[in-house]
Amino acid sequence: MKKSPRFLLWLIILLTIFAVLINLPSKGPLSFTKHLSFKKGLDLAGGTSLTLKADMKNLGQAQRSKALEAVKTVIERRTNYFGVSEPVVQTAVSGNDYRVIVELPGVNINQAKDIIGTTAQLSFWEQTATSSSVLIKSAEAFQALVATQSAYPISVLQVLGTYPNKTSLGGPDLKETSVGFDSQSGKPQVQLKFTSVGAKKFADITTRNVGKIVAISLDDQVIEAPRVNQAILTGDAVITGGFTTKDANEMSRSLNAGALPVPLLYLQQHGIDATLGSESLLKSLFAGALGIVIIIIFMTVLYGRLGIVASVALVLYTLFVLSIFKLSSITPYGITLTLSGIAGFILSIGMAVDANILIFERMKEERRLGRSWHDSLELGFSRAWTSIRDSNVSTLITSFVLYQYGTGSVRGFALTLAIGVLISMFSAIIVTRTFLRVFFRN
Amino acid sequence: MDIIGRKNWYFGLSLLVLIPGIIAILLWGLNLSIDFTGGSRLTVAFKDNVTKNNVELVDKTFKAQQIKVASIEKSNKLIFIRTSPMDQNQNNKFMNELSKEFSDVKEQEFETIGPVIGQETTLNALKAVGIASILIILYITWSFRGVPKPASSFRFGICAIIALIHDVLVVVGVFAILGHFFNVEADSLFITAILTVIGFSVHDTIVVFDRIRENLKKMGGANFSKTVNESIIQTIGRSLNTSLTVILVLIALLLFGGESIRWFVVALLIGIISGTYSSIFNASPLLVLWQELSSRRHSGKRA
Repeated sequence: MKKSPRFLLWLIILLTIFAVLINLPSKGPLSFTKHLSFKKGLDLAGGTSLTLKADMKNLGQAQRSKALEAVKTVIERRTNYFGVSEPVVQTAVSGNDYRVIVELPGVNINQAKDIIGTTAQLSFWEQTATSSSVLIKSAEAFQALVATQSAYPISVLQVLGTYPNKTSLGGPDLKETSVGFDSQSGKPQVQLKFTSVGAKKFADITTRNVGKIVAISLDDQVIEAPRVNQAILTGDAVITGGFTTKDANEMSRSLNAGALPVPLLYLQQHGIDATLGSESLLKSLFAGALGIVIIIIFMTVLYGRLGIVASVALVLYTLFVLSIFKLSSITPYGITLTLSGIAGFILSIGMAVDANILIFERMKEERRLGRSWHDSLELGFSRAWTSIRDSNVSTLITSFVLYQYGTGSVRGFALTLAIGVLISMFSAIIVTRTFLRVFFRN
Repeated sequence: MDIIGRKNWYFGLSLLVLIPGIIAILLWGLNLSIDFTGGSRLTVAFKDNVTKNNVELVDKTFKAQQIKVASIEKSNKLIFIRTSPMDQNQNNKFMNELSKEFSDVKEQEFETIGPVIGQETTLNALKAVGIASILIILYITWSFRGVPKPASSFRFGICAIIALIHDVLVVVGVFAILGHFFNVEADSLFITAILTVIGFSVHDTIVVFDRIRENLKKMGGANFSKTVNESIIQTIGRSLNTSLTVILVLIALLLFGGESIRWFVVALLIGIISGTYSSIFNASPLLVLWQELSSRRHSGKRA
């Protein structure tokens, strides 16, 4: 194990310089770190987090994961469209539940819902041979209707009568939409352009329904139910639903961004005000800095010059961990700093110091047995090693399990704790020992 | 110092802390947050300090909307409200109503968790604790496989886990009591705290066990209880110093870390104090107790 301490010392110095450069503020002359920044979680930056459940009941098992990816793509496109910086859109499958988790920093909960939008399920309905018109005269009649026709949206029933048919034409058949104005009334309208497949379907529908009513619904609400005067073969359609310009724009946008292939339900929503976030950040950073200062004083009082060396190692440890957080932001595995993550980091400082305390206590013991300072230094490190190893491995096991089964804040905590424990083994053992070997050779 | 000789006293002291906690757990359980039960949580900030009137008005506004309020608490300029699950529209309506009364009212935080997510969080937490415990027993059993007879590495693992369960019960018990009398909630951060306490507890116990392992190899297993006692005394300085460091850091977090992690830090403090105690006064004395019981049984059989 006796590597040249000089070599290790230079390695530590190089690493330190590197860590200091990384941790320099991104503004200023050293611009090569400008791509690096701490990724702040919503509890520190403010913003909205939403967990949505994709309703897959109308899809076969095989199509579900594909549909989930499609949902993710649509939501990503919408967040980009609205210019949200650093959105996080993740999918998760839990048992039979298909979920999308969306985190939008700096966006309040109302804006967030506008961005995700409603499901915007566009469908076209037609009458069938068995359809008969619906007349709701009494509450009982309404009950009876709902009982037999529960598979159909009520607004469609009111327009088309019983047993309407939902055609295969829908959102996926749209090529693009735009907002225009009716040349006669001047009212806003949404213009639909179908793909070639969609145009074919639309031509078929209009051909077989000449003289009849076709209902156009969005999210099971009929927005228009025109009578088809003649077959339309061009693949263009217009919805004139008596919109305001704003409504027309919104509808066009949500159709354009790609209709979501499946409806979404909100499972969880969490909005945090930005001022609350920055307050929490300041507080926890202050607490962390104070914690380090306390440990430095404590170690110095307890162990004298050994304590000072351990304190230097501790400061280096902090620098190293912070650089890893910062460096991770340019990799796909970016570590997001959250409140509980910072707590995990501060706790790992405690564990880093523990390794040094173990070693120093052991050195004291060996000294008491009459060994030379140098011998007790080496013995202290080698004999404390097994307990440092075993205790840290069990902490790593805990953080690994936490990461596997935890969500959100628990994961952040586990990750920072694990990184902290790994780096602390390096700083408490290699860094401290090298310093002691090089600087106290008497 | 004879710690092993007085081990029953130390076990007794542990029970003295554990029993009220266990009773509280059985009687009242934990005051679970919406993370586990599902529901909504709001933090509303006022311009001035909150009065009793404000609280009543908030309560009335919810009642008018027929939303069930689980709890309302005030702290300086803030009101924290827990309700049954409500959606964004209901929340907007509430804030609109409220801003009719107060011009400078702001919603700092709004969270809604569906019951499905809540159940899942609970299940995952239990899973995590169970799996972590089993893995740690396995690791200790493996790592201590070389201990000379009469000690067995498996016993080391089990005793570490008993000390761990002790610490978890202490924290959960205290929070059951705090929850009942002071409305302190157990949320997902609480789970994090419990898991950290588990990590720390085992960490502490292993340091003592490691010394027992070393001394057993050196002195042999002839006088097991003396070896264990010696090992505890040799490591007690380290145990206290480490815990003191962590406790100091936690106190810094408690005083300056802000509201949102206050109870998290309290849970850690209790757990780490308990962890230090159990690693010195429970885990290793239990090893001796087990040893004594099994050797008594063996000699009984022979006679």
